[in-house]
Amino acid sequence: MSSRKLYTYLMNALSFLSILVVALFSLFLVCYVFFKGFSNITFKLISTSPSYLEERIGILPDIVNTIYLVLTTLIIVLPLGVGAAIYLNEYATNKKITKLIGFASETLSGIPSIIYGLAGMLIFCQFLKLRTSLISGSLTLVMMTLPTVIRTTEESLKTVPNSYREGAFALGAGKWRTIRTVVLPASIQGILTGCILSVGRILGESAALLFTMGFAHTLNGYLTALSSSGSTLTVALYVYAKEQGEFGVAFAIAAILMVLTIVLNLITFFLERYFARRYR
Amino acid sequence: MKEKAISIIFTIIGLVAVLFVLLITVYLIIAGIPAIGEIGFINFMFGKVWRSTGVNPEFGILPFILTSIWGTCGALFIGLPLGFFSSVYLAKMAPKRVRDLFVVVIGVISGIPSVVYGLVGMLILVPLIRNVFSLPDGASLFAAIIVLAIMILPTVIKVSLTSLEAVPKEYEEASLALGANETETYFRISVPAAKSGILTGIVLGIGRAIGEAMAVMMVAGNVANMPSLFQSVRFLTTAVAIEMSYSSGLQRQALFSIALVLFVFIMLINAILMALREEKDK
Repeated sequence: MSSRKLYTYLMNALSFLSILVVALFSLFLVCYVFFKGFSNITFKLISTSPSYLEERIGILPDIVNTIYLVLTTLIIVLPLGVGAAIYLNEYATNKKITKLIGFASETLSGIPSIIYGLAGMLIFCQFLKLRTSLISGSLTLVMMTLPTVIRTTEESLKTVPNSYREGAFALGAGKWRTIRTVVLPASIQGILTGCILSVGRILGESAALLFTMGFAHTLNGYLTALSSSGSTLTVALYVYAKEQGEFGVAFAIAAILMVLTIVLNLITFFLERYFARRYR
Repeated sequence: MKEKAISIIFTIIGLVAVLFVLLITVYLIIAGIPAIGEIGFINFMFGKVWRSTGVNPEFGILPFILTSIWGTCGALFIGLPLGFFSSVYLAKMAPKRVRDLFVVVIGVISGIPSVVYGLVGMLILVPLIRNVFSLPDGASLFAAIIVLAIMILPTVIKVSLTSLEAVPKEYEEASLALGANETETYFRISVPAAKSGILTGIVLGIGRAIGEAMAVMMVAGNVANMPSLFQSVRFLTTAVAIEMSYSSGLQRQALFSIALVLFVFIMLINAILMALREEKDK
């Protein structure tokens, strides 16, 4: 065999082999978690709070806390992220400030979650005296998800044609009115994508929340929950698996998280496809 | 007048990201410096023993630094070839449907929470390593390396895929016209053309591996040994996480110092990333 043929053969083989390994591994991971998880999901598990007296484990408080956390974080991060993107794309005239914000947002997206956890603990729990609570956890995640929302919104603001803005200006709309009624609605895709990516990140987060939000499993109303400690599904998974050895419960939570991850990814995929068709 | 006010409001919102970075940096430095001062920079960075709770506590974090470096190198050694060849396959050889399917699959793999990786690693990988290599305990650097390799895969594949797909068709057509076959074209023309993007993917992967805490904590055993492939080890990230909840005094301050060291590592990686991006924009 000539060396050229050998090279071609080898490279092709390596490529196929690699993708095969990735495919098999992904399939195994998903199936394994589903197989181990679904058999452990019972109605009692997802509808009750844990109780030592009745020797019962329930993850309802963790589910509720996760929902609270996602909502609170999104409510805070969306205005900040979308606002920053609007500034960068519509208002910014000073190159230095734009560059500084770009640098900051890139830095934020590179910081690992354990450092967010410590910084959040120092800033929100101790300095601002919010203690270990849902609001501290939520503010920590705001820092973490902000760059994602800025990036996706900015990208889709860039795709809004300038003629839209000029049309609105020509009709007599001011700058703010143009942004509010023309530019933002046209860039809804980026904002939605930012939301979904943030939700994914919040659902998967554990290290940043261990020190800022704690791991209590009590069921609270929203306002009480804001100021009290609580674990999300992901944190609960960690605690059940590593500290209590309750692998059945851990796998049940893992399966729930896996389903959510798959759903979120499918939504992103179809969202992109839908908008790509609409605006082509 | 109103427009002016709105413009100022947006400028302030825009600067929030800068404020966050400043806050994090300042707080980590304030919290991290005192212990380094007390222990001594050399003793802290190059001390080989970490015994934070004994009568004569010692705070040397060299084992953690080396473990983080070896762990990341090991993860790259396994994850990089897999990710590289997979992304070439997906970008150049795969049918459109297969490519689309894998984009979703890789999205899912990268979205799976790290604790889930930790859980599966704990129950499958750790016992497997114990049996195959007949060790007393499978929770080791090796287990962590495999989990990290899997966790950086999606990052490497995603970023490389994007940049490989952005290579201008003309390059490849020219190469084909000159008589190179398709495989030669992909690996000798498209890959070098997408070099900076692929490098970005690798550096992002390094960042993810160095910063990962929970998955590693569940499979690495967490004993503060000097790194050795089949021994229980502690990474920079896990060193902070494992003792934080019950720490006090100098021990607690030393944990913040570890976080500061980790932060410096991450900032170095960020700087490399930005340099890469500048080069790409040139």
